[in-house]
Amino acid sequence: MSVLVGLLAPVLGVASTIDKITFAIAASIVIIGAIGVVMSRNPVHAALMLVMTLFGVAVLFVAQQANFLAAVQVIVYAGAIVVLFLFVIMFLGVDREEDIGEEPLRFQRPLAIVLVLLTVAGLLLVGINTKWAVGAHSVAGPAAGQPGGDVEALGRSVFTTYLFPFEATAALLVIAVVGAVVLARRPKAPVPDEEPVRATAAEPADDAEEVAQ
Amino acid sequence: MSLGGQWYLALSMVVFAIGALGLLIRRNVLVMFMCVELMLNAANIAFVTFARMLNDIGGQALVFFVLVVAAAEVVVGLGIVVAIFRRRRSTTADDLHMLKG
Repeated sequence: MSVLVGLLAPVLGVASTIDKITFAIAASIVIIGAIGVVMSRNPVHAALMLVMTLFGVAVLFVAQQANFLAAVQVIVYAGAIVVLFLFVIMFLGVDREEDIGEEPLRFQRPLAIVLVLLTVAGLLLVGINTKWAVGAHSVAGPAAGQPGGDVEALGRSVFTTYLFPFEATAALLVIAVVGAVVLARRPKAPVPDEEPVRATAAEPADDAEEVAQ
Repeated sequence: MSLGGQWYLALSMVVFAIGALGLLIRRNVLVMFMCVELMLNAANIAFVTFARMLNDIGGQALVFFVLVVAAAEVVVGLGIVVAIFRRRRSTTADDLHMLKG
């Protein structure tokens, strides 16, 4: 990245031009992807649009010298989370178009837009009235100018200053895995007030389950 | 030199707003989860921007933890979706009104 900037800097004048172009392209990718997630009828298309957004965010991370986080963003988000989404979509067989034109609740969309605009207005007010980037520094240390780059700085802070939160996330992940396994397990014995034979658990059982509730 | 942080913060705000809007208007639970991911990513952009503006690695460390929480949330959330789909044959939030008073 910096090599590219260095090579192109004499051509385009200042280096910040490159930064502006990078930001413009990445930001438009992010926003188009985000709108695509909300607007697409097919959940698979929404998941692919989410991948687009995540790659754009990764580019923005690189543009802000967060190289390690950009790599993690691509590996964890695009490589694991979206694959999990797609896996569940395909597993459940819900990868078909849905009608998003109709509106079951009458005032839901106008109300949602008003609420979001209010939120944005609040954020804008805070942003305009507050002096950003002031205040005390954390004890984690500086981000730029470290000998090992952002990877070493991040690693040192995660394994020293933020060691306890790091251990807590380990516990959180174990709990999440146990919870997912418990949720995904099929009950072996039928629930007492349901029918004793749960049939084949395929489509015919649906009506029986609905009645049993 | 890098672009000013306010551009990144404005983008973060826009992405957060789109994610919140999608969460409020979409009915498919899976797409609602994706909108939550959008909002988390907007927060991540803001964290990285502040880490650069303040020259403080703490913001980047926080993004690291947000990633872990997002992964855990998706795993449990999709597990719940699969469990509900087994009973109700639907991933639409409107069909899940058993808890309605």
